[in-house]
Amino acid sequence: MATEKKTTATKAASRGAKKASDTAQELSFTAEQERLAYKEMLLIRRFEEKAGQMYGMGLIGGFCHLYIGQEAVVVGMQMAIDEGDQVITSYRDHGHMIACGMDPKGVMAELTGRRSGLSKGKGGSMHMFSREKKFFGGHGIVAAQVPLGTGLAFSNMYRDTDRVCLTYFGEGATNQGQVYESFNMASLWKLPVIYIIENNRYAMGTAVTRASAKAEELFNRGSVYGIPGEQVDGMDIRAVKRAGDKAVAHCRAGKGPMILEMMTYRYRGHSMSDPAKYRSKEEVQKMRQEHDPIEQVRQRILDAGSETEDSLKDMDKEIRAVVAEAAEFAQSDPEPDASELWTDILVEA
Amino acid sequence: MPVQILMPALSPTMEEGTLAKWLVKEGDVVTSGDVIAEIETDKATMEVEAVDEGKVGRIVVAEGTEGVKVNALIAVLLADGEDNSAIDAAMTTPAAPPELAPPVEPAPVASEPKADAVLSTTTGPVTSEAPEDLEVPEGTEFTSITMREALRDAMAEEMRSDDTVFVMGEEVAQYQGAYKVTQGLLDEFGGRRVIDTPITEHGFAGVGVGAAFGGLRPIVEFMTFNFAMQAMDHIINSAAKTLYMSGGQMGCPIVFRGPNGAASRVGAQHSQDYSAWFSHIPGLKVVAPYSAADAKGLLKAAIRDPNPVIFLENEILYGQSFEVPVLEDWVVPIGKAKVVRAGSDVTIVSFSHGMFYALAAADILAEEGISAEVIDLRTLRPMDTATIISSVQKTNRLVTVEEGWSECGVGAEIAARMMSDAFDHLDAPVLRVSGKSVPMPYAANLEKLALPTANDVVQAAKAVCYTG
Ligand SMILES: Cc1ncc(C[n+]2csc(CCOP(=O)(O)OP(=O)(O)O)c2C)c(N)n1
Ligand SMILES: [Mg+2]
Repeated sequence: MATEKKTTATKAASRGAKKASDTAQELSFTAEQERLAYKEMLLIRRFEEKAGQMYGMGLIGGFCHLYIGQEAVVVGMQMAIDEGDQVITSYRDHGHMIACGMDPKGVMAELTGRRSGLSKGKGGSMHMFSREKKFFGGHGIVAAQVPLGTGLAFSNMYRDTDRVCLTYFGEGATNQGQVYESFNMASLWKLPVIYIIENNRYAMGTAVTRASAKAEELFNRGSVYGIPGEQVDGMDIRAVKRAGDKAVAHCRAGKGPMILEMMTYRYRGHSMSDPAKYRSKEEVQKMRQEHDPIEQVRQRILDAGSETEDSLKDMDKEIRAVVAEAAEFAQSDPEPDASELWTDILVEA
Repeated sequence: MPVQILMPALSPTMEEGTLAKWLVKEGDVVTSGDVIAEIETDKATMEVEAVDEGKVGRIVVAEGTEGVKVNALIAVLLADGEDNSAIDAAMTTPAAPPELAPPVEPAPVASEPKADAVLSTTTGPVTSEAPEDLEVPEGTEFTSITMREALRDAMAEEMRSDDTVFVMGEEVAQYQGAYKVTQGLLDEFGGRRVIDTPITEHGFAGVGVGAAFGGLRPIVEFMTFNFAMQAMDHIINSAAKTLYMSGGQMGCPIVFRGPNGAASRVGAQHSQDYSAWFSHIPGLKVVAPYSAADAKGLLKAAIRDPNPVIFLENEILYGQSFEVPVLEDWVVPIGKAKVVRAGSDVTIVSFSHGMFYALAAADILAEEGISAEVIDLRTLRPMDTATIISSVQKTNRLVTVEEGWSECGVGAEIAARMMSDAFDHLDAPVLRVSGKSVPMPYAANLEKLALPTANDVVQAAKAVCYTG
């Protein structure tokens, strides 16, 4: 995979597309940034492992799409934006919510369908929101969030703020027509939206090459609309952050949208009931062993000597405690009151 | 305290499974993310990953064991510093069953119409016989197959006899169908006729309609009908209206099929029932079977039909088995309802998964001395009003059952037809049982409240019989 990506990069570069140069200098994180990156990514991973386990115990129902493997994308992008910037994504949303600072207890209680869940138990895994944290969902229809994120960016332009909207979607979603309708409007009206394609190589059981023409350069899919795009190593949080910084600056400068194609990977099945027979165990194992986003940071931290094995273990313990607390809360919190069936259908005017 | 590893549930409906293989042995050290075992369910083999770190202290359930219940203790993990003596403690402490919050009392049902006349039939249980099935020749053998298999067989049979028939949709080929309805079709018919599409419903629905204009007979699968909303424009503006707009030149022989309505805990955007939406459209036929026999026969009819047919399936029914006639060419005509249970006191009309509540209610009513006639509409458009009317002429009472919303729903349409065409035969207003008019909630208790129940149907039947 590593070699495959290199050839892609060279090809892209020779076509004149913008491809970041990966000099260590440009990529380096401070010790504090490494620590933050490690902690945030680990929290998402432990949360998702717990969610998977609770699904196995029958405590979570329906669809549950885990984010394990993709943590660097959302944490790196979050490090590139400021308060007030908006985030919107698909049903694979637990990691995004945690990265946005939403309470793990509230997320977990929504997964178990309880009254203190972020949507009062009425939304579930795929549908959570937080106006306060500027997280706009949580959308179950593939690619629906793309025009919605574009509209959030429109509201920023309209009100003349310098906020940007991070609009995440899968590589499978890039084949929906509404994505291109959005690209056109965003470019035409110079909207401050960053389209983040989380290319985890699969849409359910469909490998990207089986569903997408020119699958190796999805970052170019806005080029006919004049939207610059970049392919990024989405397993390396430093590369994500750097690409994010650049895109945010581009948007804030009023230059319109940008596309970042994050090359990433999901370790688990599409949802909990996917046996993932469409890829080899070796492929998954190789990604985990050679490209794991958390392990990369861990190694750098240890090499730099800013933390020790023991202090990292303590950090893991603390994170596990946060997740365990969320899990306990999500089991003891009562189900919503029956009267909630009839609330929130319309705003009472 | 050692960590107990429990048998996981791998889908919302799994209750037990086979512990196919252990990938670790006692004494092995594991970290979170390591695959430790493989488990088989009826649909798939899945891997189990460790969530905690530790040493495998004991394997409690040997590999190859079948029928292991979800949440049973299958192994014990020892944490740093714990030794084997801790295992026994872990074995005797019962595995904590998930602690569910106390269920919340359901909201009281809306009040029923007041009654002063009382039904004059027998009290005490009534018996019911299935009416004679005129659709199947005498002496026909039956075999028990699932809804899933019946649908697949219907497609395969039509594809064998007509090369213009092909299947297209997301995950229909290599993955064998998101719900395994197209299982085996790629193997038999190859990639020319079993086609995986990108996620692009509006696009591939339009491509299907164009292919039908071009003389083919596409079967377009929507992974669920919730996603057909993306394709609504082509279904209605292109498929349904073109014959008329072309003065009869441009027929569109196409089937749009897939699961419709609520599944289990999948939330508002994945649970909608579109029966009424499609039934509203001139130029479409709409089919929504309940039994596998009807599904097979109707799907074959739909594929042969020269018009666009919306074929509404139901995810919950996919795994259920039904008796299906063993016949060379079993075709059920579109547009005919079926009396599936004869009765004399009240008529209950439903379709698709709504039949589950209708039939269960008929059993309960029989216990209480009320004889219900149950009609499965099977086709929603064109609607077989005659079969409903002839039943109402006998029972003089009618209850409709659907999982979708009541406003402008299928029940509303039936009620209106009875008002205009059977008014003199009604002894009570037609009552509708339906899903509640709310987006489908996720929480288990609220989802239950949002869907109709057999008891709702019983209450409505008693109300129209004035025995409530
Ligand atoms: C319009 C629509 N079509 C189909 C689906 C079913 N579906 C849910 S997720 C998914 C795959 C999406 O893949 P991708 O965009 O790559 O995102 P990922 O799941 O990999 O994060 C599909 C087909 C849906 N939810 N919405
Ligand atoms: Mg994907």
